[in-house]
Amino acid sequence: MAQTKAKYLTLEEGFFAAFLIVIAFVCLIIAGKTYDQVMAFHTALGSLFAAGGAFIIFKNYFNDGGMAIPQEVDGKPNYNLGPIKFGAWAAVFWGIAGFTVGLIIALQLAYPVLNFDLPWTSFGRLRPLHTSAVIFAFGGNVLLATSFYVVQRTSRARMPGRIAPWFVILGYNAFIVIAGTGYLLGATQSKEYAEPEWYADLWLTIVWVAYLLVFLGTLWKRKEPHIYVANWFYLAFIITIAMLHIVNNLTVPVSIYGTKSYIVWAGVQDAMVQWWYGHNAVGFFLTAGFLAIMYYFVPKRAERPVYSYRLSIVHFWALIFLYIWAGPHHLHYTALPQWASTLGATFSIILWMPSWGGMINGLMTLSGAWDKLRTDPVLRMMVVSIAFYGMSTFEGPLMSLRSVNSLSHYTDWTIGHVHSGALGWVGYISFGALYCLIPWLWNKKQVYSLKLVNWHFWISTIGIVLYICAMWVSGIMQGLMWRAYDQLGFLEYSFIETVEAMHPFYVIRALGGALFVAGALIMAYNLWMTVRHGEAEEAETAGAGAMAPAE
Amino acid sequence: MNEAYNSVASFAQTWGLVYFVVLFAVVLAYALWPKNRSRFDEAAHIPLRED
Repeated sequence: MAQTKAKYLTLEEGFFAAFLIVIAFVCLIIAGKTYDQVMAFHTALGSLFAAGGAFIIFKNYFNDGGMAIPQEVDGKPNYNLGPIKFGAWAAVFWGIAGFTVGLIIALQLAYPVLNFDLPWTSFGRLRPLHTSAVIFAFGGNVLLATSFYVVQRTSRARMPGRIAPWFVILGYNAFIVIAGTGYLLGATQSKEYAEPEWYADLWLTIVWVAYLLVFLGTLWKRKEPHIYVANWFYLAFIITIAMLHIVNNLTVPVSIYGTKSYIVWAGVQDAMVQWWYGHNAVGFFLTAGFLAIMYYFVPKRAERPVYSYRLSIVHFWALIFLYIWAGPHHLHYTALPQWASTLGATFSIILWMPSWGGMINGLMTLSGAWDKLRTDPVLRMMVVSIAFYGMSTFEGPLMSLRSVNSLSHYTDWTIGHVHSGALGWVGYISFGALYCLIPWLWNKKQVYSLKLVNWHFWISTIGIVLYICAMWVSGIMQGLMWRAYDQLGFLEYSFIETVEAMHPFYVIRALGGALFVAGALIMAYNLWMTVRHGEAEEAETAGAGAMAPAE
Repeated sequence: MNEAYNSVASFAQTWGLVYFVVLFAVVLAYALWPKNRSRFDEAAHIPLRED
């Protein structure tokens, strides 16, 4: 026996191994006893995942013999990059999958025959697959990967734990697989963005607590006295999502052998909790988390500090204290009391201030370096994303007003609004972050080809413009047709006439979506080539060969 | 019912306002306090000062 090897598993390894073995057996028992085929499939899958996890822990122990990982190498922190690399590629994979499903359902709306009359491929099941894949699978992996990177670099400390960071990133992706296959097989809570059933929710809660602990642990170990603002945004994102997820998923399963569960909230309270959750998923997942990316990656890429650090502090506290109240604006003209929906709309209007404060802070970071927009398409992508952030946070409060909402609600205008935020803001800031992150992680000088980034940028931008313009026109037309009366007081149009009128815009939207998918494929190729053939950071050869002037 | 609504509404409309104004004032004071300036200027450079 080699002397250097520790004889025992560490406490952490032992804990995770024992936990995963217990999960594997519990899943196996449920799989054996259940009457529910979806449950049988999911518990069998869960059992395999958990057993696989335990196997990897033991395999690693026997391979490297429990050797302690050095906290520093050559006086530099020994950052833990493995889970980040996995998360970055998972984001690319899920992004393309999610965008493609989005394209399919866009085509289904234009050409209903594409539903194929099968339950698994119907719009109703593919639509939550699309939203969850892009928000939680793509966006979630981007947030996990960047947060682990940013918190380590700005704390100048290695993440704590050997297993825990891997447990977070792999456990989260296991959740994605369980949730996504569940939608296709018909297991759903039927709550927007909260579709996964009780067992998937429980698993996510465990993973999320581990995520919080790893993040806090890194901050605890930090060498830097000040906690950089991006970490504040990440922390607000992690804590608030935990709170929202738990409160909106307080369900009682009919049986532990079945997928079906019922929420403890009844009637309008359930609706209110759902939209308190739903809007803050936008506010804290899609906004706070990605603002953290903005506050790290934009200064880093522009090579200058954020425009005003003081403004970023005001931005942070104002945003998190205001966003949490805005949810009721989703429930205008419902059983929700009017004062509550007025409150939601009021806070949405107040949110203009922190949103635009943050946008100005991000954009003005480039002051004195605007010329970089001409030569660096990655920075251009991030700046356009901040512009989209400003645009959709201007549009949102407007749509939260009762009078505007009476026209826009339940129409395609909402879909257009969501996608200007999702494709423009979240998508572009994520692409920008991935174009920075992949070369850093693999120690490359730059992405493989800036020219391809440029292509990605322009193809996707045309796609977004086609998408949101089509949805604006279609949505406003739809709303106006719904409320049109003839001179005798009858409705002017039947419902199917409004659907028919929207067909051309559905086709344009699908075209926009196809361009967006094409852009993402170009990115995946470019990032792959960066890892395979990119120029290594150390080799300081003169002149970046891949650099191309902007067209 | 209406009574309860009115009392809750008037509480929210007065103390809610005070809560947000005070909170905002505290945040502004913290962010703009002259003594904190150098600390924040320093903090802004954290991402750029890496190895």
